[in-house]
Amino acid sequence: MEDNRIATHPILAWNRGNPVHVTYDGRQITAYPQETVAMALYAAGVKQYSTSSRFYRPRGMFCAIGKCSSCMMRVDGIPNMRTCVLQVRDGMEVETQHGDGKFPDVQAAMKGVKEKNVEVLVIGGGPAGLEASLWAEKAGADVILLDQNPQLGGQLVKQTHKFFGSAKENAGTRGVTIAKKLIEEIAATPNITVYSGFTAFGWFQGAICAADQDHAVLFHPRKVIVATGAAEKMLMFKNNDMPGVFGAGAAQTLMNVYGIKPGKKVLMVGAGNVGLIVSYQLMQAGIEVVGVIEGAPRVGGYLVHASKIARNGVRIMTRHTVLEAVGTDHVEAAIIAEVDEKWQPIPGTEQRIECDTICLSAGLKPSTELLEQAKLDLAYTGELGGWVAKRNWAMRTSNPDIFAAGDASGIEEASTAMMEGKIAGLQAAYDLGHMDVPVEEQKETRHNLDDLRAGPFSAKICIGLKCVEVLE
Amino acid sequence: MSYFETGIIDITYLRENGFLPPEEREKKGPVAVIECIQEIPCNPCVSACKFDAIIMDGINGIPHVDFAKCTGCMSCLKVCPGLAIFIHDKSKAKPSVTVPYEYLPLPVKGGTVTLLGRDGASLGSATVKFVLAADNVSRSSLISVEFDDPALCEQVRNIKVG
Repeated sequence: MEDNRIATHPILAWNRGNPVHVTYDGRQITAYPQETVAMALYAAGVKQYSTSSRFYRPRGMFCAIGKCSSCMMRVDGIPNMRTCVLQVRDGMEVETQHGDGKFPDVQAAMKGVKEKNVEVLVIGGGPAGLEASLWAEKAGADVILLDQNPQLGGQLVKQTHKFFGSAKENAGTRGVTIAKKLIEEIAATPNITVYSGFTAFGWFQGAICAADQDHAVLFHPRKVIVATGAAEKMLMFKNNDMPGVFGAGAAQTLMNVYGIKPGKKVLMVGAGNVGLIVSYQLMQAGIEVVGVIEGAPRVGGYLVHASKIARNGVRIMTRHTVLEAVGTDHVEAAIIAEVDEKWQPIPGTEQRIECDTICLSAGLKPSTELLEQAKLDLAYTGELGGWVAKRNWAMRTSNPDIFAAGDASGIEEASTAMMEGKIAGLQAAYDLGHMDVPVEEQKETRHNLDDLRAGPFSAKICIGLKCVEVLE
Repeated sequence: MSYFETGIIDITYLRENGFLPPEEREKKGPVAVIECIQEIPCNPCVSACKFDAIIMDGINGIPHVDFAKCTGCMSCLKVCPGLAIFIHDKSKAKPSVTVPYEYLPLPVKGGTVTLLGRDGASLGSATVKFVLAADNVSRSSLISVEFDDPALCEQVRNIKVG
């Protein structure tokens, strides 16, 4: 059987444990207990998970963090399972889903809803949610932390590079190391209860419903911190739904969380920080990056990241876009072309690039579904990635019981997300009357956050923040 | 094509703006060269330096090395998230460059590696002077290579094993 698992890596090691077995369309697949279904299938060379509901086009994975519907399959008879966040179990039966899912046995699917009261409910266990939970608890509050992934850490667990920012706030430390430290701290804090694998999906008059595979819980929190992160943006081009086209973040999930090679030859689309960093990480995993293309006339990310891949022989092509993914049921090549000032492809400049994977890093969009359901006052702010909640300086939204932090409150990066989470967590606790952490701590964090944003790279962010940081 | 399009920094820019140490300084002993020419919010190199040899105006400033104070101790190389710091040394019989390296396999001391420039093109081969295999979990490994041509110091920014 094909095995795309990475054996050795300069930064990471995987303790996979003893193999388990799942059935995929009648055939046996070897998996490891910590893997999710989509990852185990990918490692075994299965890259198509479903066919689309109308035209039955092949579909593979896209986001790999439970945000899209691209990897939905039928698992143990239940359709529409997001296999990228569903952990494998020995003996699981996985089937390709053709078209729409058929509703399973109603009695088996609904298993009764439990209820739970809590002071602070944090939704999302990424950098913002982890810090929010820790600091709300430190200030004296009881906390429940929900995350839809099988493990905490959000995108931090994929960041093998050393962080930028202030040496006072983790700079120079790798994201994976920061994640480990925070997750261990959460585990050692009895007043924080973690619900892993729970997706919060519904807002019912102040109560929030969340569920995993087997349970549904209705939470009654006094304060909610929404730290749901972001989802990768799609680009428009021919065959952009073909298996082999996916977000740069999905490539990171595969190789940095699960130790699985995303492909053999990768074309990166987008030279922002995500595109540049993931290109570097692909090379560290022993994968060839055939080029990085970028529509803008300049590299968007930090130039030191661009230099890092350039000195390894990877060519960055600015003013280029992707026109087409070539292949039948999987990417075999990409057609790219030069673009003019108006981002229109220039006829005659098309070229074919041989690759088996097209990674998109065309920006992120805040995951604001819950904030929208809660009917908060949102503002469309292009500088921050899309619709974001209006708030005060301490991340309190137009509903005084709801806070937003991290990418869900505007696309920025992990260091600022952690600081926002801390500020929101403390404020939620203060608003409940808990004062175990002095207000000066929160004020200083806000001051450091402003310092970090004072440079030219954050100019755009600051314009966006002026539009949304408008509440008292 | 400029650095902003390719990621390949122009050596004339570095020379004219004081990013490269004067030759007399390189002949005295190892010295750090920081190729970080863009204002980004980052400062671990400043706090890593025990000799106050890295000058930066606020967290978004551009780091400049005080070549007189710098001892070439490599503390900044290990922490730089941009892998943008290198050591030049022309004080020994053979000139050398030290680069951060985060790939596998690591080269071995005394072995031969290919030298790569800022654009990844080969600049010939060289002998590995030392390998500082830091635990890559928190720091970057450092590889020092020595060669005959002192002019290579300004050019070599990466190595390829094999």
